Amino acid sequence: MTAPMEVVEADLETVDPEAETVVDTDRPWIVIVWNDPINLMSYVTFVLQKLFGYSKEKATKLMLDVHHKGRAVVSHGTREKAEMDVFRLHEHGLWATMEQQD
Amino acid sequence: MPFGWGAAPIRRLRDGSFEVRLEEWERQLLAGLPGQMRDLLDTDDPALERLYPPAYLTDDEKNEEYRRLMRGDLTASRLGALDVLEATLGDERLTEEQLGAWMGAVNDVRLVLGTRLDVTEDLYETGLPDGDPREAAFQLYGYLGYLLESIVEALASAL
Repeated sequence: MTAPMEVVEADLETVDPEAETVVDTDRPWIVIVWNDPINLMSYVTFVLQKLFGYSKEKATKLMLDVHHKGRAVVSHGTREKAEMDVFRLHEHGLWATMEQQD
Repeated sequence: MPFGWGAAPIRRLRDGSFEVRLEEWERQLLAGLPGQMRDLLDTDDPALERLYPPAYLTDDEKNEEYRRLMRGDLTASRLGALDVLEATLGDERLTEEQLGAWMGAVNDVRLVLGTRLDVTEDLYETGLPDGDPREAAFQLYGYLGYLLESIVEALASAL
């Protein structure tokens, strides 16, 4: 019983948590909403409030960025989180994509 | 715009439910939509691409994977909303969840119509030329925008 424990302890000591988190694939992902001529401005604002819990002010600012600049970053996180956010935006008919931050 | 005057058709009540005041012709108009959308969702009509956009701008392989994993769930969600709209179309009171389904279903129809009409932001200002064959679809598109605006305003007042 004791030998395996010692092995586990030794393994733990060799793991460098810093090194593990800085690998390339862990760079955060961003979720972008793109402008489209169909979705209502009020609808886009409401969807951003509802999905991400943003205040009306923040959601309105993001919506206006989409409208005037053509796109806005609406959320970021792990690939899994970004993919779920994109899915929920697609579920609501918004034109969303995700990409890894430089 | 031919619509947009008069009292808002959807209103939030104090008990948290929502009142729906629609004319008979409006309910009949809406009643035809779920069946048409279900049929359309079963096809590979190009207008559907707007409902299933790519998740990645440049990575075809990841897009294929995303599509394979998510398309079924997206369709199930859309069909669920159409079912709720159809089942509650005659109701004068809706729960927040039911009205959320109306919002999704109405927006999906708008997206398909807008894609087919090749709507641009300028088209709102100028309207269609007289005698344009898209006139009827454009009227429906305008009506659904008016209804959606009222649904969103009512739901937003509950946030």
